Amino acid sequence: MADNTVILDGSGVKRALTRIAHEVLEKNKGVEGLVLVGIRTGGVFLAQELAERLVEIEGVEVPCGAVDITMYRDDIKGHAEHLPVGKTELPFSIEGKKVVLVDDVLFTGRTIRAAMDALMDQGRASCIQLAVLVDRGHRDLPIRADFVGRNVPTSRSENIVVAFDAGNKPTEVILQK
Amino acid sequence: MGFRHKDIIALKDLTKEEITLLLDTADSLSEINQRDIKKVPTLRGKTVINLFYEASTRTRTSFEIAAKRLSADAVNITASTSSVVKGETLSDTANNLLAMKPDIIVMRHAVSGAHEYLAKRVSCSVINAGDGAHEHPSQGLLDMLTMRQKFGKLDGLKVAIIGDITHSRVARSDIYGLTTMGSHVFLAGPPTMMPVGIERLGNVTVCKDMREAVDKADVVMMLRIQLERQGKTLLPSMREYSRYFGLNPEVLGLAKKNAIVMHPGPINRGVELASSVADCDQSAILTQVENGVAVRMAMLYHVCGGEPVE
Repeated sequence: MADNTVILDGSGVKRALTRIAHEVLEKNKGVEGLVLVGIRTGGVFLAQELAERLVEIEGVEVPCGAVDITMYRDDIKGHAEHLPVGKTELPFSIEGKKVVLVDDVLFTGRTIRAAMDALMDQGRASCIQLAVLVDRGHRDLPIRADFVGRNVPTSRSENIVVAFDAGNKPTEVILQK
Repeated sequence: MGFRHKDIIALKDLTKEEITLLLDTADSLSEINQRDIKKVPTLRGKTVINLFYEASTRTRTSFEIAAKRLSADAVNITASTSSVVKGETLSDTANNLLAMKPDIIVMRHAVSGAHEYLAKRVSCSVINAGDGAHEHPSQGLLDMLTMRQKFGKLDGLKVAIIGDITHSRVARSDIYGLTTMGSHVFLAGPPTMMPVGIERLGNVTVCKDMREAVDKADVVMMLRIQLERQGKTLLPSMREYSRYFGLNPEVLGLAKKNAIVMHPGPINRGVELASSVADCDQSAILTQVENGVAVRMAMLYHVCGGEPVE
């Protein structure tokens, strides 16, 4: 049976997200021209959480969308279990916008590369920044997050799971050994 | 759940879960067709050969666009411009094509079962784009996707299919697919064009009168009279056919208020479908064509992405 360790509990996740929201505002000097894009599926829920935090802090709603990376993966063969394909839903143009890409766990960097390719097909953003709840290391590609909730050194055999409740609110982050 | 077929020959071979997976994927992929840049890199480096032994505009173009939107390289071969006219057999053509290392062969052939024969002889994936009077799985899937988008489900729908059932591969794929998904199919057509025992396929009712089939239907699917397939012995005249089995506004009035009219195309205007019906608000014919690209993208994607068959 897997040995589970809770790395962040509910309030820990909340604090991490609030801090990321402040850092996003700090780096971008407010919400002008800012959009949030979550990577399906966990990243989308976290992007919505971040958008809520930004409303609380700045009182302004930041457009929030979703990107599906299945069609941009570099390993189509052998990943039949990842199907079906999700939908990319960007109800706004990213042309000239500062895009904050949001994901739950940063691992090899391949998902982020695929998401950036998917975003570039949608238009030319002025910049893309990356926010992740957990960075577990083991990069295959030279990709670094701009905003990190928690750095968790892991071994390759371990797994990090971000749990969500029925309302898609993040509840905890678990390390499975 | 993954898609574990090397080939897609017939909807008869697919389970409810597999059909749902293909429809869900197509539904998601349809978003790509609305973008400014209608291309994703999924099948980059893959080669798709469209081998068409029969004339086709819609299906061939649709498969070609689908392959290109997924970044595959698509090559089109039509029988009239290939070595088939020099007497080459299907098996030899297949071996020669295979030597060029394609990943997928999409084939249309006038002989039922030609795909099964091909699929057993080649290592690449084979997709059926219509074989004789057997099946036309991509058309069946795009029909189901169009219905599901309109009604949100396929389970419990009443679908009337009217016309030449015997010669229609579309009707056969629709019947297999729809009954697998829980729809109830009502068939009507001239007795000379109704295969004996078709009701044995499951949730299928054969009606003597077209009005009986259309009555309270959610979907009215009109089939094309295929003059190229049946000679002239099955119908006394086009006028008579049109009178008894053509869809006009009056007959359409018997269907549910929100019913949709479908047709696999090309339409014989004034024969199976009155022009006013073909162009009315209830007509979903162009939506079917639009969905064709997404469905074919899903088929190409899954035969490439599925794990090898053990």
